[in-house]
Amino acid sequence: MTPLATATAATAPAATAPGFLSPTGVEIAFLLVGAVTLGAAVITVTTRQLVHAALWLVVALGGLAVEYLLLTAEFIAWVQVLIYVGSVVVLLLFGLMLTRAPIGRSPDADSGNRPVALAVAAAAAAALLWVVVDAFRTTWIDLGGPAQGSTRVSGEILFRHWVLPFEALSVLLLAALVGAIVLSRRNGDGDGDGDDAKDLKRQGPHRTAPGKDR
Amino acid sequence: MHLAYPAVLAVLLFCTGLYGVLARRNAILVLMSVELMLNAVNLNLVAFDVWLRDTLHAGQALTLFTIAIAAAEIGIGLAIVLMVHRNRDTSDVDRLRDTAEPRPRLSAALGPTDPGADASGSGADDPEADDSDADDPDSDSSDPGRAAGEKAEATA
Repeated sequence: MTPLATATAATAPAATAPGFLSPTGVEIAFLLVGAVTLGAAVITVTTRQLVHAALWLVVALGGLAVEYLLLTAEFIAWVQVLIYVGSVVVLLLFGLMLTRAPIGRSPDADSGNRPVALAVAAAAAAALLWVVVDAFRTTWIDLGGPAQGSTRVSGEILFRHWVLPFEALSVLLLAALVGAIVLSRRNGDGDGDGDDAKDLKRQGPHRTAPGKDR
Repeated sequence: MHLAYPAVLAVLLFCTGLYGVLARRNAILVLMSVELMLNAVNLNLVAFDVWLRDTLHAGQALTLFTIAIAAAEIGIGLAIVLMVHRNRDTSDVDRLRDTAEPRPRLSAALGPTDPGADASGSGADDPEADDSDADDPDSDSSDPGRAAGEKAEATA
């Protein structure tokens, strides 16, 4: 089946598309992994233990990697595992440790505008779900044929058609890393005067804080 | 596979991240929620790329770019959070109010006035007045040591 024919079949009305009542195995797997992912995401944004939030974020991002695999985007799935689960979560954990986040439950993890946030998120979810379900109720993804996101295909399109954005992105990443190093350097040029006394004064309450933390 | 499944999952993940961004106080938790939102967008990109069978695979290329930009964003964001924590001893985004407009009740609370007017002003001004708003005058007028003491007693 040519891509054009597949596209026209995908945009055909519901008479040709399979119904929701007889899901395929891929759909069942997608739904199960999606439920796990969504649950982990909800726990990530609602738990009061900061380190647990980072660890549940690992579950959510790993579940998304499995969803990419189910959508036959293999290369992106492994990039997701490598970059998100491997480095971003580790960076977040480092940030939690370096800002001396409390290990146990922290009562001030949630802001006071939680009902407003819940209302905004629920309204956005309702509106977007309405639009998305109404628009894509009958469209069908044809997952057959050769994998569309294998490493070979991704490498070919990335280094044949998207070379210039790729190189620009590498420059951006380099600039971001240099910026991060400059930002997080401890003794910059500007704050070398009399800052040590303030540092010592700031260290004072934290020396006693771990005894009070649970 | 129906396209509705990944689209609906992406919508729900995005709204979960939106709730997290709006409801969390710790800056690192806000960054985690931003990651959730970016991942929802990535799922949409991959799903639509597989659906459209794009010969250029623009969706997957853009997903890779988004992942790299998210990595850069998390690096810069964590550097900024660390710097704020070093300067102010807090990673609480509700306390970073230096550039906020001085609200009338805040100036009334800072000025020499009676507590009755302050209480009535705070009750009438902000309907969702919470504990963070309640200690605003303290955190605005106090030195860093006192703010650190407040954080220590808040986490204890």
